[in-house]
Amino acid sequence: MSIMPEPFALAAAALIAVGFYGFITQQHPLRRLLAINIFGNGVFMTLILVAYWLPGDADPVPHAMVLTGIVIAVSATAFGLALIRRRILDANRKQDHGDD
Amino acid sequence: MTEFLPVLAVFIPLLGGVLQFLMGPRAVPVWPMVVSGATTVCALALVGSVTNQGDIQHMLGGWEAPLGIPLRVDGLAAVMLLLNNVVGGLVSLYALGAHGRSGAVNSHFWALWLLLWGSLNALFVSGDLFNLYVALELVSLSAIPLVLVAGPRKTVAAALNYLHFALFGSLVYLAGVGLTYAVAGSLDLTLIAGPLAEGGPAGHMAAACLIVGVLIKAAIVPFHIWLPAAHGNAPAAVSAVLSALVVKSCMYLLLRLWTEPLAGITVDAAAQLLGIIGAAAIGYGSVQAFRQERLKLVVAYSTVAQLGYMLLFFPMAVATAWEGAVYHGVAHGVAKAALFLAAGNVLLYVGHDRLRELRGLDRPLALSVFAFALAGVSIMGLPPSGGFIAKWLLLSAALETGQWWWALVLIVGGFLAAAYIFRVLRYAFLNAPGPTIEIEGPVPPRLMSWTALLLGVLSIVLGFTTAPILGLLGGLPGAAP
Repeated sequence: MSIMPEPFALAAAALIAVGFYGFITQQHPLRRLLAINIFGNGVFMTLILVAYWLPGDADPVPHAMVLTGIVIAVSATAFGLALIRRRILDANRKQDHGDD
Repeated sequence: MTEFLPVLAVFIPLLGGVLQFLMGPRAVPVWPMVVSGATTVCALALVGSVTNQGDIQHMLGGWEAPLGIPLRVDGLAAVMLLLNNVVGGLVSLYALGAHGRSGAVNSHFWALWLLLWGSLNALFVSGDLFNLYVALELVSLSAIPLVLVAGPRKTVAAALNYLHFALFGSLVYLAGVGLTYAVAGSLDLTLIAGPLAEGGPAGHMAAACLIVGVLIKAAIVPFHIWLPAAHGNAPAAVSAVLSALVVKSCMYLLLRLWTEPLAGITVDAAAQLLGIIGAAAIGYGSVQAFRQERLKLVVAYSTVAQLGYMLLFFPMAVATAWEGAVYHGVAHGVAKAALFLAAGNVLLYVGHDRLRELRGLDRPLALSVFAFALAGVSIMGLPPSGGFIAKWLLLSAALETGQWWWALVLIVGGFLAAAYIFRVLRYAFLNAPGPTIEIEGPVPPRLMSWTALLLGVLSIVLGFTTAPILGLLGGLPGAAP
């Protein structure tokens, strides 16, 4: 095995660790969503490494998995952002109401 | 014809949901009811043909392995399809009463519910790890918006929390799928058991990721914190589906993974750990259910507890425990749907579900309270209900394997369940002076009362249908017949 993928593997491991730490420690929903996305990127990089490490030419199956995973993560993140926006708007409205 | 039935059971509700979304409120309630009926008929025909002819397999688009996507229906999948589509059909009838008028929110409800139904069917017929991942995601992404149908203001925080855990759990599961592919070079459930067992540390890592990912999505203690708020605040029909079917589908996946692809790699310590987690879930969920002040939260925490029973299969891992765990899934699914639909009728009539102010409900809501009590019998595990059979099988398995401590967990869990169910019934039947119901809402339509009652009756009937359902299920996979 060449020396090339090692920084890549370290980066994937670091992303997974940072994302997991953030998911556990962050309370704000937006930060938590970001932490999940960082974790997800680490997972996707691991899958790309799997395709790289498998014997023979680069295997398309892990690539397909990464693409599907990204599509799902993007749509779920968009939904989460919409929910967060709604929550903040509701909180602001309540605050304005309280000031009257 | 029969080999297309799995395809129909998945794509009729999926396409029906998409079309409902496109057609909007004017299609309610005719189109969703047509799709619901067609789905139920197809799925029950599928279950019927599995009963008569054994397992069904269909390669999508005619592509054979390793390229093709296999759809497989074996005994376990058929039992789950039976539960899913009987409960799904009855919930659709209930929702005809609750969400049957046209209106944007009701149209969204039907579109999402049909999508969720199709995704659940897809999960049960999928035969490879990655297809299971996609089905799990479809289930989550259609279940979470359904929580918001109750009105975004009070449910947005619960839905957000649900989304966080669902997304995180699915990424952990996806990491497991990737590692499995790296070790085994395939994703077909039937082909990966051998290579995974010889995979060394990478195989163990893959198995751990798959199991933990599913545990997060199944809301097992300590990953349960999103469940009570989401299930307790959603509309009644949605709560029933989430508690009876959605978390159950993740437990199905856990049973499926453990007994087939991971069969060669599982170690006894992990099985015991899952059993301990199950016992903790039973204890914690039951105590929390007893302490709640709102009816729907009692029922939601009861789900946290009842899911623990299915985990008791893993440390025992004999045929009796297998039958008990699956039967518990079926019995709990039917009973929990009845509890949530009955609670929804109470909420509709009284306008709130604060337990202490529900005195004297037995007269105006006789049918719903009766449904609640019948389902409660099954939750407590009293004979002659489905819950009794399931707990009896698990108890026999505990004694059969000499692990008496699980028998203790089962008995204590039954007492705790009796405590929180009787607490609700005591408030409902109490006629003593005190705060009474001030504003009486509309009496729930007959359809909504009777579907709740029918589910309650079914949870008792399950006590008498053991032989056909366990015959359909078949023995523990991999064990000698």
